[in-house]
Amino acid sequence: MGIELYLDLLSSPCRSVYIFAKKNNIPFTFKQMEVLKDLVKGHSDGFGKVNILRKVPALKDGGFTLAESPAILTYLSQTYKTPDHWYPLDMKKRARVDEYLSWHHSTIRSSVFKIFWLKVRDLNIQSWTSYEALEDLTIPLKQLEEKFLQDKPFLVGNMISLADLVAVTELMQVRLIAIGYNILEDMPKLVEWRNRVEKAVGKELFQEAHKVILNFQDLNSMLTEPQLKEQMKPRLLKMVA
Amino acid sequence: MVVELFLDLRSQPCRALFIFAKKNNIPFEFKDVELLKGHHLSEEFGKVNVLKKVPALKDGAFTLAESIAILLYLSRKFNTPDHWYPSDLQKRARVDEYLSWQHTTIREKGSSLFPIKYVWEEAVEELNSALKQFEEKFLQDKPFIVGNEISLADLVAIVELMQPVGCGCDIFENRPKLVEWRSRVEEAVGKELFQQAHEIILNVKNMSTTQLPPELREHVKQFLKP
Repeated sequence: MGIELYLDLLSSPCRSVYIFAKKNNIPFTFKQMEVLKDLVKGHSDGFGKVNILRKVPALKDGGFTLAESPAILTYLSQTYKTPDHWYPLDMKKRARVDEYLSWHHSTIRSSVFKIFWLKVRDLNIQSWTSYEALEDLTIPLKQLEEKFLQDKPFLVGNMISLADLVAVTELMQVRLIAIGYNILEDMPKLVEWRNRVEKAVGKELFQEAHKVILNFQDLNSMLTEPQLKEQMKPRLLKMVA
Repeated sequence: MVVELFLDLRSQPCRALFIFAKKNNIPFEFKDVELLKGHHLSEEFGKVNVLKKVPALKDGAFTLAESIAILLYLSRKFNTPDHWYPSDLQKRARVDEYLSWQHTTIREKGSSLFPIKYVWEEAVEELNSALKQFEEKFLQDKPFIVGNEISLADLVAIVELMQPVGCGCDIFENRPKLVEWRSRVEEAVGKELFQQAHEIILNVKNMSTTQLPPELREHVKQFLKP
């Protein structure tokens, strides 16, 4: 029995796991999860009650199940002995990947997450550019550039690593909210980096992983589902307060 | 040249590092960075960690931020006993899973209870739900989070859970499973070291924002934001 990956490509951590597995030819069974639909229908287990998005990604390897994308990514990289640059053996380089993966949670990820759910709440594309929530991203993006990227081609040196994958898939989430909106607009260094990451992954795979969020129309109708908004209301109010 | 650790023991991740380094006899120089005095905002500290946060590590020319990354780095560099960060990939994955999950749950909700009683009633409620998950998903009926021995996951968890205790909010009350786990962790770490690491927050009595210099008040409010 091979590995099963429980994914909804609507979620950025799912995309990073998907891309990583595909890129490294790791055999797996794709188990489609539908986070938003589950929310609308009210499907949730005890774990889901707190934050249904935390159900994905999930890995199942025989009797072993694992949540949390950084754990899944490093587990896969070590189990399948993927090329060194993804999660280098060199202690200092590895520390840099760990450092990014740790920092990412409460900065880039949490800002993007908030923005996404604000959008679900309000769904007013025209008001996008005036969102104050966007400002939440400004500082993390600046730190991303000044502390993590600096003048290197990738976050941890000359080659793509797990850090780049996790960062870029998260930033792509913003596409979900406003088509054509480029949050990296005024940051050419980050734009170039983002392009390098896409190239290192392979354009086709990258596009494939992001198909769901790039197909805005379908998403739009999913997000306007009135039940969804009702379900999410109390949690949303807390999340974006 | 010895590793330098930039710490303020009022901060949970700093305590985890302190305990880990001491427990494993890792030689280091303790560089005191007093957050309440704004030391972390200095230009000098900015050279060690441009993110201006503690903890931070300096190993020769190599500087590192983020407690998780530092814990892992030290465990590798100093070859600490396997149980802290097991070489068995599935056990290791369990530690990683906890270390990842805790950022936006226990840590985030627990952080609002920095030893300054600042709207902590609400924060306590949010923490309760994270605690429930902690017990049900991570601890379950095991002696430690990842099996039979203490690991980085337990260390990172315990220092966070001690934080509210430091402000007079005993989250262990009415949670016998957590109490037992805490005793086991304390024993595994060593009571004396555990007390030493927690001395500073357990001695904070009724601090309020009015004791802070005005320029720091706003700054502290920033890190109390969930």
